Amino acid sequence: MPDPRSALRNRALSIGLSTVPFGLAFGVACAQAGLEWWEAAGFSTVVFGGSAQFAAVGVLADGGAVGAAIAAGALLNLRSVAFGLLLAPSLQGPLWWRALVSQWMIDESTAVAVSADDPVLRRYGYLAGGLSVFVLWNAATLVGVLALGRAGDLVTRWGLDATIPAAFLALLWPRLADPAQRRAMALGVAIAIALTPIAPPGIPIVAAVLGVLAGLERS
Amino acid sequence: MSPATLTFLGLGLLSYAFKAAGPLLLGGRRMPRSLERLATLVPGPLLAALVIASSIVVDRSFVFDARLAGLAAAAIALRLRANFVVVVIVAAATTAVARAVLG
Repeated sequence: MPDPRSALRNRALSIGLSTVPFGLAFGVACAQAGLEWWEAAGFSTVVFGGSAQFAAVGVLADGGAVGAAIAAGALLNLRSVAFGLLLAPSLQGPLWWRALVSQWMIDESTAVAVSADDPVLRRYGYLAGGLSVFVLWNAATLVGVLALGRAGDLVTRWGLDATIPAAFLALLWPRLADPAQRRAMALGVAIAIALTPIAPPGIPIVAAVLGVLAGLERS
Repeated sequence: MSPATLTFLGLGLLSYAFKAAGPLLLGGRRMPRSLERLATLVPGPLLAALVIASSIVVDRSFVFDARLAGLAAAAIALRLRANFVVVVIVAAATTAVARAVLG
């Protein structure tokens, strides 16, 4: 039997590498939105949640208010609460240690962790996934904002602006299998489209969350 | 402080509270089932709205350009079970080609 820890390390490395194009695109998006390089790095270290970072910077880039940017990002990161509850039994340790490793509570680290069933291996997978994504995501952000960000036409010539909707689509894709999720998404899209011409930028994205009402009934 | 700095500090604080809630406070207990259900549903409509906002919206109007070709190509790649990296590269390449062709 292969060593389960080495399998977890491999998974952690692949999932970290898969965030690199997204991280580059995030750095580029920050530069295009007029952010300083250290602000882009601040998002990737302090917020550390790809879709939330993109949402917040997207709202700022569209001229939205700070409050709307924080709300859009925070609603996306709300799912971390569920991950934390799922993984809490595997993450036993001193308070300071739990406080430290909680920063890595994201989709990717959770995905690597739950690919194992044993609590000790889950903890190993969580730490490996978290470390791999944290290092590669931040490195990609810096390269994106410093090396690619100032070349504005490069972004459109290489089609890098399309990586953002593609990444969001890839993140929601597995959810399409569930009818309740599909209903929630359909209502969310309808709300977003209806509000786009009339509401300030960022608001349609936050309001789309009301789509969950369509997912809750009959479940 | 600039709006971007305020945003990453505020969002970072909130995000950390969400991430750490389980490991720090709840230990092995579970959250009420209805709340759990709500938490699993929220990302879907939000991500769907983000797809719309980042592909066919500029300011407050709808613009259909080469990005839409990239998004369609991404959907096909996802349908074919391509992994994340491939999906993103396919979207970028398709958009680049569509833009070159359309001018």
